[in-house]
Amino acid sequence: MDIAGALSADHLKFLADGFMVTLYIAFISIVLSFIVGILLGTLRYAKIPVVSKIVAVIIETIRNTPLLLIIFFTFFALPEVGIKLSVTVAAILALTVFESAMLAEIVRGGLNSIDKGQIEAARSSGLTYIQTLWHIVMPQALRRMIPPIVSQFISLLKDTSLCVIIALPEFMHNAQIIYAQNVNYIFPIFFVVALMYFIVNYCLSLIARRLESKQA
Amino acid sequence: MFKSKSSKLALILFLAMSMLLAACGKGEKASTGGSSKNALEQIKDKGKIVIGVKYDTRLFGLKNPTSGEVEGFDIDISKELAKAILGDEKKVEFKEVTSKTRIPMLNNGDIDAIVATMTISEERKKEVDFSDVYFMAGQSLLVKKGSPIKGLKDLKKGTKVLAVKGSTSAINIREKAPEATVLEYENYTEAFTALKSGQGDALTTDDAILYGMVDQDPKYQLVGGTFTEEPYGIAVKKGNKELVDAINDALKKMKESGKYDEIKNKWIKTN
Amino acid sequence: MIDFSILIDNWDTYLEGFKNTIFASLIGLVGSFVIGVIVAVMRIAPIKPLNWIGTVYVEFIRNIPLLIIAFFFYVGLPAIGVTLPGFVAGTIALSIYTASFIAEAIRAGIQSVPKGQMEAARSSGLTYLQAMRLIILPQAIKIVIPPIGNQFINLVKNSSILGMIAGLDLMYFGDIVSSHTFVTFDVYIFVALFYLVLTIPLSLGVGYLEKRLARSH
Repeated sequence: MDIAGALSADHLKFLADGFMVTLYIAFISIVLSFIVGILLGTLRYAKIPVVSKIVAVIIETIRNTPLLLIIFFTFFALPEVGIKLSVTVAAILALTVFESAMLAEIVRGGLNSIDKGQIEAARSSGLTYIQTLWHIVMPQALRRMIPPIVSQFISLLKDTSLCVIIALPEFMHNAQIIYAQNVNYIFPIFFVVALMYFIVNYCLSLIARRLESKQA
Repeated sequence: MFKSKSSKLALILFLAMSMLLAACGKGEKASTGGSSKNALEQIKDKGKIVIGVKYDTRLFGLKNPTSGEVEGFDIDISKELAKAILGDEKKVEFKEVTSKTRIPMLNNGDIDAIVATMTISEERKKEVDFSDVYFMAGQSLLVKKGSPIKGLKDLKKGTKVLAVKGSTSAINIREKAPEATVLEYENYTEAFTALKSGQGDALTTDDAILYGMVDQDPKYQLVGGTFTEEPYGIAVKKGNKELVDAINDALKKMKESGKYDEIKNKWIKTN
Repeated sequence: MIDFSILIDNWDTYLEGFKNTIFASLIGLVGSFVIGVIVAVMRIAPIKPLNWIGTVYVEFIRNIPLLIIAFFFYVGLPAIGVTLPGFVAGTIALSIYTASFIAEAIRAGIQSVPKGQMEAARSSGLTYLQAMRLIILPQAIKIVIPPIGNQFINLVKNSSILGMIAGLDLMYFGDIVSSHTFVTFDVYIFVALFYLVLTIPLSLGVGYLEKRLARSH
């Protein structure tokens, strides 16, 4: 083991660069998948003829496919049908598609947990279905959804590491470049990478727990 | 009920969708080509050339985590290309490619050219256009010093040979040593790390790349000489004759001026 | 049309990968369940040092990417003289990773059984372990089955990580087929179908159990 060599200032800076890419890609994917997830989850919940069924099928298909395969597919297979994406865009798209499907189920679960009596009451007081969803059901459901959504974001942050297969210069990728130089770097580098992920994700999970206990 | 029904539907629809997508995909593929504008002029308009290079291949293209720079034979050749085409060796931008990602990245428009230890092969000629040969490599084997493996003939049943996905050497080795078990990795970093971790008995790829690994870790050595010819070419998107001509022209001038030999001697030790 | 000749020509390769994905999933299923139960018991046992170990395990493992754990077992361990093939390293990593989620699910299930029951069982002469085994666990199992089922679906999907450490699974062989045939789209569609053949029935099963158990409460 060569801790001093592995964790030289230059290496740490190189790792930090990778970590910033991880955070950046994860952040954009989180925002996008939050929007798409709410949309898809609501569409599935609303039981609109045909539309909800199609949405359900899409969600189930994506949820049951490995993310690694979706990343491969986005970058290597889509060009064959004329959709050509840069590494960064492909990474964001793949993560967004996968996490949106996961979030959609959380959203649907949250909406389902709201008492149906409230919908009827709101409807009979003259609100439209959309208004009822938007003003009455969604705000309550969102509050209940926050803890699982934060957990899903933790997953997304971890999943970003899979983009190493399309040579996205993220955290894991830069770590690999460093430890490839010298086997004695492997342990210290693994330790630092794991520790960084742990710190960020653990903080996020503490936030999730706090929000959870507030609700209880 | 809802969930189970929709899951069943999912499978059926997925099949249907995949066929549909594949069908239109095939149609589109046939109709592409010929529509692209003159890539050389586009590069001149942009004022820079974007080149896909390896980041994990010592001597050819290696991202140095200490300096943050990419360096190697392919890098210097790329700089000379920028100088010949745009008049300034700084007007080049590097992007990382791996053996697997380089052709998609070229076709996506992420990069203008590939200078990344890429062997000219008939299969690849269907997908990209190649320049003249700019480096002659040959496939060889890398083993730990003292290994019983001395050459191809020692790759017997049960011998684990490591290679990189999407490389010609991964395909060649299956023909040359059909008995051996071939394990493939995403890139050279992972393959060499796996060899060093004892996950295989030998690593196979072009000798030039293997020399880079020896340079990094002298506990390893090449054995058995070369058993294929791997002529490296610079790849550009299909149908860009002007760009190929410009690159060939630049290569020719590099060779005439002695610049090529200078770069080669700087990185590749004659064996 | 999708090119079925890819599937037919490489059928043996696909099948080999599919088989190994099933093996890795089955071993991972058993492994992660066993480790998960042990860690869950550590977390709730009335012994402080065990609590700490259990908590550290769960919090650390589930907050780091599976990929790091897999690489650790594949290229990290050899540094201390332990060399494991990709399949073995990957399956161990899968078990360890999934176990942290299963342990959490089990803990939540056990703690949902009212505390009074444990006290009553202990005062009627049962040891802690007996009370756990005979009174608490049978009740908790019902609550924890759906979340554990979901973790198993994740495990099957996550087994694709083997493809990155030459673990000879479906993902790995799919990749090999694609790099040797120069076809990507169709090759990956078939890989996806093989995964869906495993995951969709699992999802259906978990959904069904979820409904039934919810009704019985």
